[in-house]
Amino acid sequence: MKDPAILIEDLWKVYTKNDEDIDVEDQDLITSFDESDEAVVAVRGVSLKVEPGEVFVVMGLSGSGKSTLIRCILRLIDPTAGKVFVSGENVTAMNMKELTEFRRHQTAMVFQHYGLLPHRTVLENVGFGLKIQGVPEKEMIERSKVSLEKVGLSGWENYYPNSLSGGMRQRVGIARAIVMDSPILLMDEPFSGLDPLIRREMQDELIRLQEEMQKTIFFVTHDLDEAMRLGDKMAVMKNGQIVQQGEPSDILSHPADDYVARFVQDKRKQLKMADERAKLEVVSDNTGNDPSTKGAITNVS
Amino acid sequence: MFPDALEFHVAEYVNNGINWLLHAYAPTFDSISAGISFVLMSIQGGLSSVPWWGYILLVATLAWVVSKRISTVLILVAMLMLIGMFGLWQLAIDTLAVIITAVILSLIFGIPLGILMAEVDLAKSIMKPILDGMQTMPSFVYLIPAMMFFGLGKVPAVFATLIYSMPPVIRLTDLGLRQVPKSTQEAALAYGCTKWQLLKEVRVPLAMPNIMAGINQTTMMALAMVVVCSMIGARGLGQEVLLSINRIDVGHGFESGFSIVILAIVIDRITQGFARRWDPNKR
Ligand SMILES: Nc1ncnc2c1ncn2[C@@H]1O[C@H](COP(=O)(O)OP(=O)(O)OP(=O)(O)O)[C@@H](O)[C@H]1O
Ligand SMILES: [Mg+2]
Repeated sequence: MKDPAILIEDLWKVYTKNDEDIDVEDQDLITSFDESDEAVVAVRGVSLKVEPGEVFVVMGLSGSGKSTLIRCILRLIDPTAGKVFVSGENVTAMNMKELTEFRRHQTAMVFQHYGLLPHRTVLENVGFGLKIQGVPEKEMIERSKVSLEKVGLSGWENYYPNSLSGGMRQRVGIARAIVMDSPILLMDEPFSGLDPLIRREMQDELIRLQEEMQKTIFFVTHDLDEAMRLGDKMAVMKNGQIVQQGEPSDILSHPADDYVARFVQDKRKQLKMADERAKLEVVSDNTGNDPSTKGAITNVS
Repeated sequence: MFPDALEFHVAEYVNNGINWLLHAYAPTFDSISAGISFVLMSIQGGLSSVPWWGYILLVATLAWVVSKRISTVLILVAMLMLIGMFGLWQLAIDTLAVIITAVILSLIFGIPLGILMAEVDLAKSIMKPILDGMQTMPSFVYLIPAMMFFGLGKVPAVFATLIYSMPPVIRLTDLGLRQVPKSTQEAALAYGCTKWQLLKEVRVPLAMPNIMAGINQTTMMALAMVVVCSMIGARGLGQEVLLSINRIDVGHGFESGFSIVILAIVIDRITQGFARRWDPNKR
């Protein structure tokens, strides 16, 4: 059987002042952290599995530990306890050198605040990952151009990031990730800073790219709509724990607890309204096509 | 009156200590002295081989590049001409040689020290009080060790200037490196940067505006040492000021003092202009 693309086993992250070792089994200690503010328990005992080619979405409110979790996958943050396997390799056991190699070839990440280099042009930003691997300049330029074309930014190669709009900057961020051709894409709220219209456009774009690429995508968001549109699988996080995991439609129809229920209730209402509207339209269509009623209904939406 | 019984001198011990140091490490001091002297002579030679109009052209070009304004170019060029017209051109070149040597050496030691300070917290906690001390000390104080180790002339002048002018570039390099946003560094790390690549490709370039400001301040500090250094026999504009003071020749003092100010303004304008061009956020 093929190894899962990402396998996380009982992962913990406790932020402490001096980075000391913490025994996460010690229930009393964890409770004392929760009650004081000397340490923050950001991720508590998360386990999950992502199959190759899957879009796995993690959703949760602000502060629920999503960013911490995604950073633990490539050890931008070192987890306090637990294991992370990527394509069967134990990331948590790697030394610095192995980790660098792993980051160069296995993963590529897109950040909410883009993380572009302001002193490099768009093209140089996209080629950054290739450059530090020592890919020859010519190949780097060629591949970067192809990647920029994929995200619709041909012609912007020589601009600096600061002269681009937010949406365009994130396209650069995505181009920088896909040019690496790594099997796994990690995305931490990549579209959260964008206005709704651009955001939708970017989601469509990602769906289109994913149809071509068939990568494994680990996607973090706090937006249910986005999660529903993009995700094959979904996990809902609350206070460092995963409270429900499964197909988005299942979660929508059978929320595991109040938290998830509250999360999805707006979406359910929306869907219900859309359903009713569809029924009405069918009715009006059947009753001899009264354009005025139809127009009125469309306006309501 | 302070009681005589309590009188106690360390001067003798200091003298003995220094003598011992000079004896025990004579080859070390000799080679440092030779090194400074070599750099100074090369720079002096290089500077002297450029004709006066070469400098005018150079300053005009640089001023145009950084300001793109005719008025700035004209003012800076006119001021530079003034030094020549006062008959102080050669002395200005001498002064410039000392300053450039001191600044170059300051940067060669200062920038790596600043990087060390930003990378290693222990280095920061050791160096911070030393730098604080160095900056509160009056500039005259630096003449004493310089003179003790290297005698009189330009070599101790370079040494004193170098020590006096180093703190700003160390501090600002450290500050600049620490100010590089965590999110940018994180992104670079996520793509598999090594620590060295992170420094070279991301942190130093992004700290460049601060480093350039440090270079500018270091240069200004070096200029401030010019007159002080003339007290240990460094020939140049500073010495003219000192002589004028001794002779109570206010007019000549004004000319040479003003020439130092002109050097400062010209160098400041140009280095600041380049500092601004380095700022990635203003592209
Ligand atoms: N470097 C840190 N030091 C201490 N606490 C931290 C640190 N980073 C995050 N935290 C805390 O850990 C918790 C989880 O943070 P995290 O950024 O993972 O949440 P998130 O779900 O990504 O939130 P958001 O939607 O706001 O991005 C928060 O309470 C946060 O304050
Ligand atoms: Mg986050």
